[in-house]
Order: sequence, then C-alpha cells, then structure tokens
Amino acid sequence: MRSLLLITALLFSLLAQATNIEVYDFDNDQQERTYKEITTELRCLVCQNQDIADSNAELAQDMRHKVFKMLKQGKEKREIIDFMVKRYGDFVLYKPPFEGRTLILWIGPFILFVLAVWLMLRAIRKARERDQKPAIESTQLDQAHHLLEDDDTQSGNQE
Amino acid sequence: MSKKAIIPLVLFLGLSGLFYYMLMEMNRGEYNPRDIPTEFIGRAAPDFTLPSLFDPQKKVRSATYKGRPWLLNVWGSWCPECWRESDYLVALKQRGIPIVGIDWRDDPADGKAMLARAGNPFLEVGLDPDSSMAMDYGVYGAPETFLIDADGIIRAKHKGALTEAAWQEKFARYFQKGQ
Repeated sequence: MRSLLLITALLFSLLAQATNIEVYDFDNDQQERTYKEITTELRCLVCQNQDIADSNAELAQDMRHKVFKMLKQGKEKREIIDFMVKRYGDFVLYKPPFEGRTLILWIGPFILFVLAVWLMLRAIRKARERDQKPAIESTQLDQAHHLLEDDDTQSGNQE
Repeated sequence: MSKKAIIPLVLFLGLSGLFYYMLMEMNRGEYNPRDIPTEFIGRAAPDFTLPSLFDPQKKVRSATYKGRPWLLNVWGSWCPECWRESDYLVALKQRGIPIVGIDWRDDPADGKAMLARAGNPFLEVGLDPDSSMAMDYGVYGAPETFLIDADGIIRAKHKGALTEAAWQEKFARYFQKGQ
C-alpha cells in the first residue's frame, strides 16, 4: 500500500517536471556552471521576487534562452550581465552593485542595527541607575524618622 | 503622562499618512510599485528586423522609419490592457500618427484575429516570438509604447494602455511641428 502511494507520488512529480523542462546542450561543465550562476543572479521582471532560473514566466524563459545563446557564442559572464543591465537597469540584478547610489541599501541595515543596539544599551543603563538609586535620599529618610517619632510621642501623651 | 509616550502615536500617524498617500498615488495610476526605472530615454532606439505578422516573407525594419517621429507599440492578443488600448490607437492613426506594432510572443492567428476584430492602428506589425526585440528595448510587460524621433532616439515611453492624458503629457509635443 505504502509503496503504491510512493510510486503514484513519484509519477506525479515526473508529470510536474515534464511541463517545464528545457534541454540545453552545453559545451562543457564550466559553461553550464556559468549558466546556472547567471540565471540565479538575474531577476525575473515579471514575477519580481524570483530569479530567472526559478521563474516560469515567458519572458524569463526567453531570457534564459538568450543567456544560453550568448554563452554558446563564447560571451563572458560579465558581458551577459552587462547586456541585461543595459536593457533592464540595475533592477535586473538580484544583488545590486556596491556604489554611491546604492550605499544606503548596503550600509543602511548596519547603521540601523548599531543605532538599535545603542538605544537599547542606553535604556538598560537608565533602568539600572533608577533601580540602584534609593527611592528617597538618606537625609529625607532621617527627617521622616524624626517626624514619625515625634508623632509617636505625641500620640503617646494623649492616651 | 510623559512626553515619550506619544512617540509611538506620532510614528503610527506618520506611517499611516505615508501609506495613505502612496495608496492614493497607486489609485490614480501615478505610482506602480512593479515599475522599474526606464533605461532608454535619450538612447538610440535599437535596430530590429522582424518577420511581418501578415506576410512572414516580408520583414519589418526599424530603419524604414528614420527621418520622422513615430510610435512603436508592443502588444499581444493575450494582453487585456492591449484590448483596452486598441480604440485609442485607432483614433491616433486617424489623426495621422505613424504607429508600428510588435506582436509579442503571440500566435500569429490570434494576433491577426484581434486586429480584424478591434481595428488595425498599425502601419506594419512585426512578430517577436522569442522576445528578441522586447529584450533589446527592455520591455517586460505589454502594452508598452515608445516614441522614436526623426534621429532615431527614444524620447518617451509609456507603460500600460495609452490614454489621451498620457498622450498629451508625454508624446503630443513631438508631433506638433512638421506634422
């Protein structure tokens, strides 16, 4: 029973794959590796949270095909990435370049983190100071004792 | 109550205001978070040579249109916004605006059927089955309309269905003189 279920499941997974298989004939392993690198670094413009390797959008299929064709023509990875950036801008890169314009993107989170840590430490220090500081000064405490004693003697007299 | 207690309230109101503003902009069509900044304004329009939709033996060439401003419209019969846009393009054609269509990733029969049904606003229609022209022009959705001037420079671009408002804002001035 169990193996039957397993076989059915496997058959279904084959079906699912058969619908979007692309067969590319690479010249060598290095070329195939470069292809995989490039397609995972380029963003699908249609479904914008996927890279083109993952996306089944038609434009992504065509972009993959273009990457393959350019590799076959002997183009370098750099040239292919530049080709796409020239047409679709930095947005097509999953990893934006590190430069003046994108500095805030890269450094922003770290600045925020340092700021948050600083604020937290300050809050902790303040809370600690508040805890350590006695609620009233010792001179005030003496005064209070005095008053209470006075009170006691007075009330004692009245009884 | 200490002054600090209102800080979260102020932040909350500020953020609400910002969200409200952005949503209104999106509603008016002024802002689309999926838009990517265009790279093409002021650049030379890439040359293309594509088979014609009506006669695959014939070629549609961008070079044919050098010397006058013209519109390049990327569309497909699969694209609902293109159906919506179609009437307006036909009206532009009647005003004498030269428009070249690119039927993008489409079944030629469907493309022809749509033009037969909705009217054909194009001087010529090129077929782009594998996105070669689309990629050269940085197109990632249809419809998209480019204005190419007499020197072959892309001067304006509109994403989404072309409307009179968009026409007046982006394109009209390039056709005022000489037309």
